Amino acid sequence: MAEKAILYDASKCTACRGCQVICKQWNGNDEIIPSPSSGDRVAVKSRGTYENPPDLAPDTWIKMKFTEAESSGKMRWLFTRRSCMHCTDAGCVRACPNGTLYHNEFGTVSYNKDTCIGCGYCIPACPFDVPRLKGNRITGIAKADKCTFCTTQGLDRIVEGMEPACVKTCPPGALAYGEREAMVVLGRQRVDLLKSRGVGGANLYGENELNGLHVLYVLEDSPGAYGLPVNPRVPGATIAWKDVIQPVGWAVGGLTILGLGMNWLVARANAKKEEK
Amino acid sequence: MTNHWGDIANSDVVMALGGNPAENHPAAFGHITIAKERGAKLISVDPRFTRTSSKADVYAPIRSGTDVAFVGGMIKYVLDDIEANPSNYNMVYITEYTNASYLVNTGFKGPAELEGLFSGYAGGLNETDGTKRKYDKATWAYQVDDKSIPKKDKTLQDANCVFQILKRQYARYTVDKVNAICGTPRDAFLEVCKTFAASGKTGKAGVILYAMGTTQHTNGAENIRAYSILQLLLANMGVAGGGIDAMRGESNVQGSTDFGLLFDSIPGYLGMFTDADTSRQKYLDRVTPKNNDPTSANWLQNYPKYITSLLKAWYGDAATKDNDFGFHYLPKIETGKNYSWISLFEAMAAGKIKGMMAWGQNPAVGGPSSNTERQALANLDWLVASDLWMTETMEFWKRPGVNPADIKTEVFVLPARASFEKEGSVTNSSRWMQWRYKAAEGPGEAEDDLWMINKIMLRLRELYAKDGGPNAEAITKTNWNYGDPPDVHKVAKEINGYDTTTGKQIDGFANLKDDGTTACGEWVYCGSYVEPDKEPNAPVPGNRASRRDLAPDAFNTGLYPKWAWSWPVNRRIIYNRASVDLNGEPWDKEHPVIKWNPTKGETGGWDGDVVDGNYPPIAVDPVKSRYPFIMTSEGVARLFAQGMADGPMPEFYEPWECPVSNQMSSQTSNPVAKVWRPDEQGKPDKYPIVATTYRVCEHWQAGQMTRNMPWLVELMPEPFVEMSNELAAEKGIANGDKVTIESTRGKVTMVAMVTGRFKPFQMNGRRVHEVGLLWHWGYSGLSTGDSANILTPHIGDANTMIPEYKAFLVDVKKA
Repeated sequence: MAEKAILYDASKCTACRGCQVICKQWNGNDEIIPSPSSGDRVAVKSRGTYENPPDLAPDTWIKMKFTEAESSGKMRWLFTRRSCMHCTDAGCVRACPNGTLYHNEFGTVSYNKDTCIGCGYCIPACPFDVPRLKGNRITGIAKADKCTFCTTQGLDRIVEGMEPACVKTCPPGALAYGEREAMVVLGRQRVDLLKSRGVGGANLYGENELNGLHVLYVLEDSPGAYGLPVNPRVPGATIAWKDVIQPVGWAVGGLTILGLGMNWLVARANAKKEEK
Repeated sequence: MTNHWGDIANSDVVMALGGNPAENHPAAFGHITIAKERGAKLISVDPRFTRTSSKADVYAPIRSGTDVAFVGGMIKYVLDDIEANPSNYNMVYITEYTNASYLVNTGFKGPAELEGLFSGYAGGLNETDGTKRKYDKATWAYQVDDKSIPKKDKTLQDANCVFQILKRQYARYTVDKVNAICGTPRDAFLEVCKTFAASGKTGKAGVILYAMGTTQHTNGAENIRAYSILQLLLANMGVAGGGIDAMRGESNVQGSTDFGLLFDSIPGYLGMFTDADTSRQKYLDRVTPKNNDPTSANWLQNYPKYITSLLKAWYGDAATKDNDFGFHYLPKIETGKNYSWISLFEAMAAGKIKGMMAWGQNPAVGGPSSNTERQALANLDWLVASDLWMTETMEFWKRPGVNPADIKTEVFVLPARASFEKEGSVTNSSRWMQWRYKAAEGPGEAEDDLWMINKIMLRLRELYAKDGGPNAEAITKTNWNYGDPPDVHKVAKEINGYDTTTGKQIDGFANLKDDGTTACGEWVYCGSYVEPDKEPNAPVPGNRASRRDLAPDAFNTGLYPKWAWSWPVNRRIIYNRASVDLNGEPWDKEHPVIKWNPTKGETGGWDGDVVDGNYPPIAVDPVKSRYPFIMTSEGVARLFAQGMADGPMPEFYEPWECPVSNQMSSQTSNPVAKVWRPDEQGKPDKYPIVATTYRVCEHWQAGQMTRNMPWLVELMPEPFVEMSNELAAEKGIANGDKVTIESTRGKVTMVAMVTGRFKPFQMNGRRVHEVGLLWHWGYSGLSTGDSANILTPHIGDANTMIPEYKAFLVDVKKA
């Protein structure tokens, strides 16, 4: 199966936030939203910004970011998308101790909520600060959550041949979806067009970052201007964890089990001897 | 819209002025995106830097309420440029298709000569006597020859010709004046002028997109007139990618306007009946436009056919030639009396109105000066309100600060169905009548509007028949037979019209008659629902609104003539006869709308869109040809319009509440606008800050449909007031602080959004602050908050009475 990707075009995005709403609606992520029966369970108040809710959360998988930028008297209002980037070199997949987070057949990062042990290692491992953990105070059980690229079990749009919900709803056509290679071509064409029209800083973000993101960005300025990491890297600790400590751990653990097995065999042999 | 949504993609330059499409028309913004991809420039003119501005190539700030000064300045720029570079403009269009060459009465004097007034004003400068705040328009008339045909000077040199009058009036609208009045930086203003004026070149097109930011002013109608003048000078009317496009704020507001929503019109924009119209003929004498120019089609001379057919639709067999087609049944308004929103609520406040039906409306949030209107509701004996949710209007009697025991009004709530829970047509901004089907049943006892009005009407008819009453025949004689429950197709078929003898559907309004043999509920919609064999392939055969065929038009200009049905007669671009030269050749070869085809039929014919006036081009057949603007009596478009209450050409006046004196003349505010409450006029000494109101993408209108929607409440949980960093610093306000905003009408508390996107206006060195408030909120529903309209004044436009929501004075303090 060919890799899929979303292409987000900041030069077309009007930040209507239809994507935020459809994401919650499609995925049933409405628990944190107040309703007349539930009461005001979350402080939903205006904080003097168009951005709300304040941050990504277990029930908020996508959030638009608004940045005001003014230079030499010219105002700009930059919009960008905060959500899982579905990296090829995904820190979360590296950090996950039991394979709960994994790359699916489309190259995007899925997770199995049933096996998630709520360790939270994926959170510091993400260069984009995306996964969020929700714990139950009584049972102590915690689960990580993030954008599933619309592959949520039972709500899977991708295997049904549909585009992700955010792409489907985007009114100004700022989101496109398709095979990753095609999205890269489309993104490059768009960047070339913007450059030809005087947007010198236009660039395609995500083509090579972390060996290729599955959410690509057409930007009109440097990623930093939008609040995106300029050169995202999986944290050293995660690499150490996955590539050094974890293999060592597995090795040590394996040796331990082997040792215990030997011990048992020896003990069993001894016991049999005694029986005789 | 003169054009349609998809046609924006054909534009070379799109100017959003008095509207914020990215915010309030988010889906439609996709068409602008396509235009931009094709290389169009987007201009955004707005008091603050908006979501639309963020996508614009050119942004210019403008102080709220100064649109005529801004566009007047653009008109001057174009007039000067026409003189300097005539080859960049379409002079044939200006001379032949507008009234630029028409001579005006020698007694006419304009604001340049009369300190901001026009000749014929009954009062003096800044007149306070309401009876003298009006014009005698005798001097605004054209000069006519001995056959009563308007005189012209095609050289445009005569001092009394419209073109010269235009030049004299707008010579005063210099870049410096624009800066001093609007606070727009000179370079930004000139960039707007240069960018938009480029659309004046033959073959180029520019469109103006506007919404309530243009209309909700005491000068609202003149703002639109200013756009019309600019677009005519740039030859942008009637062409693909041109026009003046009113972006409608509700899915079917175009439809409701078409069907006589306003007090002064009945379905099809025909004039309302007054008590002076003692017979059908007297009515027709008053309203039917006359013109003696044989080359003018003066299409509305067909008035008798439309009104007679309407009477036949309403009164059926009870309307006969012998009883003047039932004209005497009709209820009539008092001559000269105004029944618009503000007037109705003033009458309610005075105890003159005893009952009200608020249908899908929420006046307690949406009306101006909310405290005034909420108090007025208490004077009603009864109130019927229909909506999807409980609204502030339904719950006005238990709003914060009032004792329900003190209010005697009996309130009836009719739960309504949403658009997906009923079948019928919706007419969008593009004038497309689109048929929709019921997708789900409504909840509980909710019923659709047609069901409700049908029940009410049937019961009323029964009661009037039994008990009688004033003017009972207006009700008892009605031809009301849609069934029970009603069949919406029967209504749609009656709207289209039928032959009263054969019962067959009529194909188009050219077939309507004034002898009682045709009935038609809305002549503009005639042709929408024809006999099944005339439109056999429509999903509902005969119902053209149900068509969903994406076949392109003859010139592939994006008209999609088989998608739904566009009024009138499926014409996609109104005034399209102006899109061609005198030989019928399109000005714009890349985006033709129509084209004369000499080989068509026996004597030639038009290809492309449904032509606006099926006559040959002027140069092909000067005798049979007619001027291209068939809906004006003179046949050409009006740079100078006698019909306006406050002047034949837009003159700049400050809003009713203004922070500075008028820099253009000694007449401060609109000399004709009716002042209802002079004591409530805020003055800059106490209220020095300009305020305006607007909406956000996340909420809709008075909020019932979105403030009860948890996902949307989360996105935009409270009302906010946007202000500049400079004002916030002066007032010691930090972003996110609660602030109070006060006008003479009341006080509200909102969250401060302090932003670099709002800047103080530097008007010739003088600094004026402006703030913007969201108006969606009220005291009912899931998300509640103060209503911005508590602050807005109870005054309206001089022509239309639309309230001045968009410019008033306040003070702001940290709460």
